[in-house]
Amino acid sequence: MAKRIDISDLDAYYGNFLAVEDVNLAIEPRQVTAFIGPSGCGKSTLLRTLNRMHEVIPGAYVDGKVAFDGEDIYAEDVDPVNVRRLIGMVFQRPNPFPTMSIAGNVVAGLKLDRGRKVKKSEFDDIVERSLRGANLWDEVKDRLDRPGAGLSGGQQQRLCIARAIAVQPQVLLMDEPCSALDPISTLAIEDLVRELREDYTIVIVTHNMQQAARISDTTAFFNLAAVGEPGKLIEAGPTQQMFSNPANKATEDYVTGRFG
Amino acid sequence: MNDLTSGLKRRRATDKVATGVVYLTALIAIIPLVSILIVVFSRGIAAINAEFFTSTMRNISPRREGGGIFHAFIGTLEQVGVATLIAVPVGIMVAIFLVEYGSRGKLAAAVSFFVDVMTGVPSIVAGLFIYTCFILTFGFDRSGFAAALSLTILMLPVVVRTAEEMLKLVPMDLREASYALGVPKWVTIIKIVIPTALSGIITGVMLAVARVAGETAPLLLTTFMTQSLNLDVFSGPQAAIPTFVWDQIANGTNPSMDRAWAGALVLIVLVAVIYIVAKVLAARFAPKSK
Ligand SMILES: Nc1ncnc2c1ncn2[C@@H]1O[C@H](COP(=O)(O)OP(=O)(O)O)[C@@H](O)[C@H]1O
Ligand SMILES: [Mg+2]
Repeated sequence: MAKRIDISDLDAYYGNFLAVEDVNLAIEPRQVTAFIGPSGCGKSTLLRTLNRMHEVIPGAYVDGKVAFDGEDIYAEDVDPVNVRRLIGMVFQRPNPFPTMSIAGNVVAGLKLDRGRKVKKSEFDDIVERSLRGANLWDEVKDRLDRPGAGLSGGQQQRLCIARAIAVQPQVLLMDEPCSALDPISTLAIEDLVRELREDYTIVIVTHNMQQAARISDTTAFFNLAAVGEPGKLIEAGPTQQMFSNPANKATEDYVTGRFG
Repeated sequence: MNDLTSGLKRRRATDKVATGVVYLTALIAIIPLVSILIVVFSRGIAAINAEFFTSTMRNISPRREGGGIFHAFIGTLEQVGVATLIAVPVGIMVAIFLVEYGSRGKLAAAVSFFVDVMTGVPSIVAGLFIYTCFILTFGFDRSGFAAALSLTILMLPVVVRTAEEMLKLVPMDLREASYALGVPKWVTIIKIVIPTALSGIITGVMLAVARVAGETAPLLLTTFMTQSLNLDVFSGPQAAIPTFVWDQIANGTNPSMDRAWAGALVLIVLVAVIYIVAKVLAARFAPKSK
């Protein structure tokens, strides 16, 4: 069910401000692609263009093409809601729905989206399957009806991952999913990403070089010339090569920790 | 005295004085409130009995004891009820428009401006407006419904403003989490945003209800009053607790004054009950983490 994404000539704007300029990048299915680069170089912005979440921000728009298995998600007749059904997202800060229980959070996408037509009787199975998929089941199986907001930060983030995979997307976008978490939770999520890779196309933004090296197959390095300038893709390639023998000087400086 | 302890005594003294002043001010602020409660309770309790709650003032001469507030109680419930039924959905929809759809548009700015203006409208002006518009111009009869419309005008800005503030408090994160699941915007608003803000919205609505429950002037202009029970909110004069109190005071006899105090007591208790119900409901719907 995993699909590929081809980004071509993509510019992303916030009003008049060009935040990301001219990105061309192929994201392969069943791989983990990591976006790395210094703060403000447009990693989150680019990630959000991939499921049309970018345009949720007032004034924000995109110029260019993002093909999802060959089909342009920015074509005139494409409904962004449908795009987001297929391309799920996990955010930097865990954001479980505070009015819902743990189980309610997991099936929220199925309940709220009538287009999905899932029977109520299947919900229990989906809750268990998704929570197991997010490595959270054993920790919460006895309190599924408790509020999701009562979990620890790391558990909340895994709950958000369970919520995202419960709707069975084809691609999972993760924007620094570990940046608000302790080391133990971070490891749990890294393990999880490695497992999810079997079934999903994953794009993960990370600040953490070791993390990118540990979990990704492909790494894309972004940089910006100066603050206020647009971010650009500097180079992308197999993670091993990017970290051992990058083509670009700036990439080498960044991955060796000389700046950023 | 060394550097670590210097000035400590003085600072402690200043702290004590400041604390004392704060407590004293709080006490002074409470005095009028407590004395109102004491006076209304002690004077109102005299005329309170079963008859007071179950009978009307029909055929009761002002000089006589007896009679009751039943017709006024029903009138207030109906008028405030109808006003709430109109003001709450309209107010919440306006707030949704302002927060979720119109955030930077000209129309939103205009709506927001008029809501501000409405906040400052004196209640008698709201009554006059309905009187000239609904009764004089369109030729409708005086009715509890006309009164409810004037109360709606008073409630609406309160509901809009509190709902707006509560919706703004809902983190953008939650909306985005919902969109990212492929949930359409309006479903997100109804199923995620409103439930998250519900507790605060309920409090705001109840405070608006409590505020208009004591309005007198607009009722006199729009439904006037009556000594009898009128269950039909859509036709003819209808009594209400505030106008009942006003009428009894106007009579000026001792039994009437007792009834006026008793009416005031009922009104205060009614508002207190509304307030408590609001607190309970708000706690019930507040997002939980335990
Ligand atoms: N909501 C927004 N409105 C305006 N500018 C934004 C917004 N979000 C991000 N930006 C700008 O876009 C650029 C890229 O930001 P971002 O994608 O968040 O970078 P990164 O995730 O790589 O740190 C930055 O200059 C940032 O200030
Ligand atoms: Mg970012």
